[in-house]
Amino acid sequence: MSPTMTEATVVTLKIDDREISARSDQTVLEVAWENDVFVPALCHYEGLGDVGACRLCLVEIKGSPKLTPACAIKVVQDMEVITLSERLQKYRRSIIELLFAERNHICSVCVSNGHCELQWLAQKLGVDHIRYPYLYPKVSVDASHERFALDHNRCILCARCVRACDEVEGAHVWDLLGRGVDTRLISDLGTPWGESETCTTCGKCVHICPTGALFEKGKSVAEMVHARPRFAAMARVRNNSGR
Amino acid sequence: MTKEIMIDPVTRIEGHAKITIQLDDAGDVSDAHFHVTQVRGFEKFSEGRPFQEMPALMARICGICPVSHLVASAKACDTLMAVEVPEVAADLRRVINLGQIVQSHALSFFHLSSPDLLLGMDADPAKRHIFGVAEANMQIAQDGIWLRKFGQQVIERLGGKRVHPGWIVAGGLAEPLKVELRDAILADIPEALQRLQRTLAWFKPVQETFREEMRAFANFPTLFMGLVSKTGGLEHYDGKVRIVDAAGKIVGDNLEPADYATYIGEKVENYSYLKSAYYKPMGYPDGIYRVGPLARLNIIDHVGTPLAEREWVEFRELQRGVPLSSFYYHYARLIELLFGIEKIQQILESPKILDKRVRAFAGPNRSEGVGMSEAPRGTLLHHYKIDESGLMTWSNLIIATANNNMAMDRGVLQTAKQFIQGGKVTDGALNRVEAVIRTFDPCLSCSTHAVGQMPMVVDVLGADGRLIERTTRN
Repeated sequence: MSPTMTEATVVTLKIDDREISARSDQTVLEVAWENDVFVPALCHYEGLGDVGACRLCLVEIKGSPKLTPACAIKVVQDMEVITLSERLQKYRRSIIELLFAERNHICSVCVSNGHCELQWLAQKLGVDHIRYPYLYPKVSVDASHERFALDHNRCILCARCVRACDEVEGAHVWDLLGRGVDTRLISDLGTPWGESETCTTCGKCVHICPTGALFEKGKSVAEMVHARPRFAAMARVRNNSGR
Repeated sequence: MTKEIMIDPVTRIEGHAKITIQLDDAGDVSDAHFHVTQVRGFEKFSEGRPFQEMPALMARICGICPVSHLVASAKACDTLMAVEVPEVAADLRRVINLGQIVQSHALSFFHLSSPDLLLGMDADPAKRHIFGVAEANMQIAQDGIWLRKFGQQVIERLGGKRVHPGWIVAGGLAEPLKVELRDAILADIPEALQRLQRTLAWFKPVQETFREEMRAFANFPTLFMGLVSKTGGLEHYDGKVRIVDAAGKIVGDNLEPADYATYIGEKVENYSYLKSAYYKPMGYPDGIYRVGPLARLNIIDHVGTPLAEREWVEFRELQRGVPLSSFYYHYARLIELLFGIEKIQQILESPKILDKRVRAFAGPNRSEGVGMSEAPRGTLLHHYKIDESGLMTWSNLIIATANNNMAMDRGVLQTAKQFIQGGKVTDGALNRVEAVIRTFDPCLSCSTHAVGQMPMVVDVLGADGRLIERTTRN
């Protein structure tokens, strides 16, 4: 048993009027997912630390006028959470639309077509058109790595790859450079991926990518099927064996 | 008074174009042009993409012939990888390409041209469509729709979907053929042959009633170009380029697709977005040539399947040398349909066709690659250049329709001169001017890659540019 589990207490809260028990060290998102309550998220990944980058998991908390990212707030006793409302749906759809408008996501010719979390969420949330003007940025593809490639056109800056490489693999190849729409994923402080001295070619970043931004070279359209790594299970094994 | 007649858009073709006809003071045709009025630019926006994405990306050029682009593009990528595609993968690519040709030829012959052929060039425009055909002869309409469906189902069964299948990839195919899908295709072959033979039996005597059109529908000497197999047989997937003259004499043979720039030139005319391809050794415009069904049947020594072979012998006896009138594209298309169905059967009946080895894997091993295949409308070429990591730096496409551009342009003039005289412009005459374009079955969305819709109007303009008459078409 991990040290946090011994310190945590059991709390009772309401999610969408449903009474739910949870540990006090859990986030609202974790508890919602554990209880089969749908809350969309792209940057959250079980077994990695949360950064609240995508803002898709916004929920309403009774008593607070603000919308709160469910991944960034821990459950407390008597908390009342609303995960589904017209207001939330509106914001979630807008976020998805903005993600599409920010880069060049062309599903029909994408390696991840049919295996993409952004595409899946857009369908799930009923995004059938984009109301914002597309920015059509001219961004590059880094195909310098022997086995993998990075297509900035499809990157949504969720930073899953950054965290997987840092927290699990321990290599810390990836970082985010810049601010706002100019933010770019970089390897080894801005050197081409193929010249990276820290990359172990483990492929965790590729298989954790929600879109087709990181992919195995040579894949044709719709061929990039992700083998999602089970980081949470790996962490449990590590913690147990360490004791 | 001189005046200009404009047919805008040309109807019952794929894509958007217009025709202008200049009349002199006597009301006779002094000049005419075929204009393709759209531009898209796939060559440009593929820059920077990984080359392995090119087949699927290029397939999006067209919803009618995605498979043709997949095939030509994948062949260019095979060259970039410096691999030989497994034999079975090459055969299956050949089958899906033939499925494409069958569905497209059926679309061209039945849906687009049969209204002219069955109802006549002067028939009521309101009836000149596939429903008009169904009303006049249900069997022909049903055969046409069935045959197109057969071709589409070949594509769907092999590629997973009818439009823009992703099955053909750099190095081969995404997955091998499933036995039940092979059997489903083979089960349809006897009916396909029966329907097609019925169509041929109907069309051959009907063709003879269009003598005047045969004489005037782009009926002039040109070169003919296309791929032929090693033995000089009909070939749509692989092979070498052969060029014959109007007498059927070979002027270029065994030409490597990769060397295309030494024998094909591309000229841009200021009245059209579509490039005009010409045979370089003869220069522009003397190097005018035609591609597509008529050209393919004119360049070969034999066909390679029994029923189509018999029809081809008859076809080649139509004229001394080789048939020159573009009106014969229709007949040629039917013969190719027959060949396509027979060839699909031949290939799929081979037991090795279910072999699991259908893909060669490799990275970028060459900086430049050319892929050439025969699309329904003629020879299609994709030429790519990549950087060291396999990203596209440059591409050039020569689409089948561009090869026919000069012949279409000249054909419009010939037909207009024949049917518009003394200032008398009938609907039937204008329809014939469009019909000559239809014989080539051009695909303009492929050839220039445009977006947008053209207004459906025919304008007759005076010498001063004044609008004399406007007809709106629906």
